[in-house]
Amino acid sequence: MDMNAVLEIVTRSDPGSVRTNNEDAVMANPQRGFAVLADGMGGYNAGEVASGMATALLGTELEKAFIAREPSSMDASGKSWAQVSLEKEMARVNATIYQAALSQPQYAGMGTTLVVAVFHDNKVTVGHIGDSRLYRWRGDEFSQITRDHSLLQEQIDSGLITSEQARFSQNKNLVTRAVGIDPEVQAEIHDHDVLPGDVYLFCSDGLNDMVDDEELAMTVGALSANLDLCATQLIQMANDNGGRDNVSVILVRVKGEYPAARGWWARFLAWFK
Amino acid sequence: MAKLILSMETTMLKEIPLTKERTTIGRKPHNDIQIDNLAISGEHAVVITILNDSFLEDLGSTNGTFINGQSVKKHFLQNGDVIELGKYRLKYVGEVPQQTSSADFEKTMILRPGAAHQPAPAAPMAPAAAAAPAPAVPAHSATSPGMAAQPPLARPAAAPVLPLGAIQILSGANAGKEMELTKSLTTLGRPGVQVAVIARRPHGYFITHVEGANFPVVNGKALDAQAHPLADHDVVELAGTKMEFFLKN
Repeated sequence: MDMNAVLEIVTRSDPGSVRTNNEDAVMANPQRGFAVLADGMGGYNAGEVASGMATALLGTELEKAFIAREPSSMDASGKSWAQVSLEKEMARVNATIYQAALSQPQYAGMGTTLVVAVFHDNKVTVGHIGDSRLYRWRGDEFSQITRDHSLLQEQIDSGLITSEQARFSQNKNLVTRAVGIDPEVQAEIHDHDVLPGDVYLFCSDGLNDMVDDEELAMTVGALSANLDLCATQLIQMANDNGGRDNVSVILVRVKGEYPAARGWWARFLAWFK
Repeated sequence: MAKLILSMETTMLKEIPLTKERTTIGRKPHNDIQIDNLAISGEHAVVITILNDSFLEDLGSTNGTFINGQSVKKHFLQNGDVIELGKYRLKYVGEVPQQTSSADFEKTMILRPGAAHQPAPAAPMAPAAAAAPAPAVPAHSATSPGMAAQPPLARPAAAPVLPLGAIQILSGANAGKEMELTKSLTTLGRPGVQVAVIARRPHGYFITHVEGANFPVVNGKALDAQAHPLADHDVVELAGTKMEFFLKN
């Protein structure tokens, strides 16, 4: 199914106001209904290499996977093809970056965070590793859908620190999981229901460290009619507040329902595809 | 490295760097910071340090632990906090990470298991004035050596000296009404018909078209899709309503 008709997607990435290089990478495939945001790390330009590899690889491999099979089709284990593909391709990206880092001395230690979302069958399947986030604006409610894999989040979860105190922490930039650092990595993958009118915001920590959630909510809420302007505004706010890190956003607005074809006829036709 | 400075009345007694994950405070000799005074419990309190953050926890002491005059059980220490135990005072001096450049400060790093017990990786303890070449950290060497200490994250002190802007409706049913533009974004118009947004930025107010076939008109001139800076007494027409932008003092 061509998702262009039901999704409007805007991607934007900016080096910020301090750094000269951009280690973030973003990509979207509006036709297949998925988007990827990566925030690279590592010396010299290795961070860019890692995040670039992640978005490029996922872009081609997920497209292939979803041409071969509908993302919502179920496999024998009861998982959707979207989930299976995300798990498989994120593992593959991890292995590829890890190998590249081992084989090329200038890439040693490179890695990236990752947040990937696949829209299918009135749902979104979200996979993430690290502290890049996905937020959802629905009605009047702005909520964070992903939970960071970071030291700070672990401290919040264990009750050591409250989320109000968290903004004063000196340990903001430490992730506990990243792609390409170890031979294997556990991606966190979940399904969420989607309603027409929802707006999804993917962002790197360069946005949410500089702009607090209330301001993000207000901006997405006020400008959801014009995603281009909304993306520009979000990046501008991060830069106005210091822009100490690269800032990337992907905005996805859901224009209508997109149920998977379920009738016997659709399934019958699918046989011949 | 963060540290505690122990003092009594006006005399400074000791400086204790927080190198361990747990630094215990109490009257008994096995404590890391021993204070031999009957007002202090045997095991009085502990400071837990995780990389660059430190937390104080009272261990159920008889006389309690006070921070900046308030009794606490558990407290996230901030630079300058004063811990009071009986007549003794411990001042917490938080570490302001002294990295080679401000850009590295925000750099995302992976935390490997076990790393939490070591001091933060990229924080050399030598004073920044030392002329030694910076260690392995690459790039961004543009910052001057005597770079001012970074304020702890929070909000950059960008407190804009921008005068507050407001709009006054000039025509229609609401003529005469005034609205202050205190938020960073204020939307105007009717959703689905014509909407514009006024953004409050550190260096001024800007109006931008959001949706609708017609673009807002400023001083008789229609805008394009770009943000347009607003000057004092600009007249904006939007969805059939005229309004004036002005700056308050």
